[in-house]
Amino acid sequence: MEAQSQPAVAMEARGVSKIFRGPEGDFHALDSVSVSIAEGEFFTLLGPSGCGKTTLLRMIAGFEHPSAGQLLLHGEDISDLPPYRRQVNTVFQSYALFPHLSVAENIAFGLRMLGRPNAEVDQTVDRMLKLVKMEPMRNRLTSQISGGQQQRVALARALAPAPKVLLLDEPLSALDLKLRKEMQIELKRLQHETGITFIFVTHDQEEALTMSDRIAVMRDGHVLQIGAPREIYDQPANRFVASFIGETNFLSATSEGIVDGGIRIRIGDTVSVETDLPDGVDPKGDLTVVVRPEHIVLRERGAPDTLSATLTNAVYFGTDTHYHLELASGQHPIARRQNAAGAPERVEIGAAIGVAFAPSAARLLRD
Amino acid sequence: MVRPTSALSSGEITARRTIVRRYWLLCLPALVLLVFAASGPLLIVLAYSFLEPAEYSGVVWSLSGEGWFKVILNRDIFDDTISLADAHMTIFWRSAKLSVLTTLLTLAIGFPTAYFIATRPKTHRQYWLFLITIPFWTNLLIRTYAIMEVIRNEGILNSSLMSLGLIGAPLQILYTDTAVLIGMVYVYLPLMVLPLYAAMERLDFRLVEAGYDLYATRFQVLRRVIVPLVKPGIIAGSILVFIPSLGAYVTPRVLGGGKNMMIGNLIELQFGEGRNWPLGAALSIGLLVTVMAALVFYVRNEQAER
Repeated sequence: MEAQSQPAVAMEARGVSKIFRGPEGDFHALDSVSVSIAEGEFFTLLGPSGCGKTTLLRMIAGFEHPSAGQLLLHGEDISDLPPYRRQVNTVFQSYALFPHLSVAENIAFGLRMLGRPNAEVDQTVDRMLKLVKMEPMRNRLTSQISGGQQQRVALARALAPAPKVLLLDEPLSALDLKLRKEMQIELKRLQHETGITFIFVTHDQEEALTMSDRIAVMRDGHVLQIGAPREIYDQPANRFVASFIGETNFLSATSEGIVDGGIRIRIGDTVSVETDLPDGVDPKGDLTVVVRPEHIVLRERGAPDTLSATLTNAVYFGTDTHYHLELASGQHPIARRQNAAGAPERVEIGAAIGVAFAPSAARLLRD
Repeated sequence: MVRPTSALSSGEITARRTIVRRYWLLCLPALVLLVFAASGPLLIVLAYSFLEPAEYSGVVWSLSGEGWFKVILNRDIFDDTISLADAHMTIFWRSAKLSVLTTLLTLAIGFPTAYFIATRPKTHRQYWLFLITIPFWTNLLIRTYAIMEVIRNEGILNSSLMSLGLIGAPLQILYTDTAVLIGMVYVYLPLMVLPLYAAMERLDFRLVEAGYDLYATRFQVLRRVIVPLVKPGIIAGSILVFIPSLGAYVTPRVLGGGKNMMIGNLIELQFGEGRNWPLGAALSIGLLVTVMAALVFYVRNEQAER
């Protein structure tokens, strides 16, 4: 038995459900959700709007109470505690900075409410201002600083009381693209420097992939898959996860029989590959494989192990080009090729070509 | 000389000035009304305060400071010794005390009321606001008599308390300062609730959540977040209640009886039975100036704080 030291659990949800009762019937915002988030982890709740990610976050903060299940913070049940008794702080989507207080007073608010001595408050505020690089703005009102600066103040305000868990509710959604990229890096730096557990809510899959240690993909109040970004991208649990995270191609396939360690499947008339058989996939039914666009390689028509295809369109994206293809089966996959120096010559639209991919790039999917 | 392209040409400036001048015409009716119906009469009152009283009401056109003198001082009829006008001082003190109490009580009742309305669903708020404005539909005098009907010795309050056996003899509330206070709180409460509601409706309740999130208890959220943010509403409501309270006339007259006069009643007395128009005029102008000075001081203070 190997004595691998597991990192302590910072936040755990056990079978948490939330039902909003309304005049037009009940709405199940969350249905028996269980997640376990390790100390110091950057954990992301990812999903389309209405999937329950914000409800879960608001429950951890204490603004909503679970209809069933338990929430544990460092092993202690906090389900029934009011927000002001939870060592958890939130960075709100709208920032919710106090307009009647200066930047420094906003950051000091939590510490003052906790009754910390003035000297400690001042010291912490100074440290936080430095951490988010807002020292010159300390005496400004929050209405006198830019959106990106407000974002930094909101972060500093939530970090100042040194919460056990920091909750971030789509904090970057109000920023423009350039600022958002900067803040993504900034957030990672802050998490690294403070060592605080971050629970981050977003609907932006790219943001989730680049920032998270682990991601929980949610839909309709359920958690569909929890895993590291690479795991979620390379081994999506089902069709929704595969299509929500990144761009992807779905190809239909038929079984050629179980083989040692997996299954042999046929795609089109010409390609036959061996791949893993994930749990829950019926090998006798219709099969779907997912192949990411960057794993599709364009070849000559008729080359071995290729599918016959016609190039219908090529879209130039700067760093890479997307090739829209039409297969003999009528399906329309997309191939992506980097525009690296010395890349092969352009392919003419309408050209008859072959499409290949490595057996490891094809993954069988549960629907 | 090169002019910046963004500057307006002189022609454009003239055109704009003409437009602004035309907008001024829109408020001309109001201006006319203000000059002839408010400022004019006020100037006459000011002039009267420096004249001598005629024997049977009215004024004699000879200059005198006696009106202003009598506002706070008394000259003995026999030996001309000057002393403070105790009766006036009592009335001033009562007016100030009752107005402050009215303001505080309406604030204490109006704040939770406004908060309640502002936190209802949007479609329900209209309904609650409608209820608040219902008293305005009835004449002030009738409303005041209704209060009298409740608190008089044989009124609803006393008879129910007695039939419940809580008191043996009726409580003497009518014709006391308490009666005046009850009446004024009732009459001026909507004037406090409405500006408070207007301020609370604009309150971003996400800030309240942020307060809770940052370890503020309910009371601390109220004190540190809600009150500072609705302060303009508190100030507006207080001004709207305090100023008419100070000059209240009908309520103290009906509920306070003859003894519990406020400044408004004292002024009325001078123009009526007292037959001392200059004193009445001086009291009126004095009240006006005091209120304005207090207001200006208050507003200046507020601005300095920011």
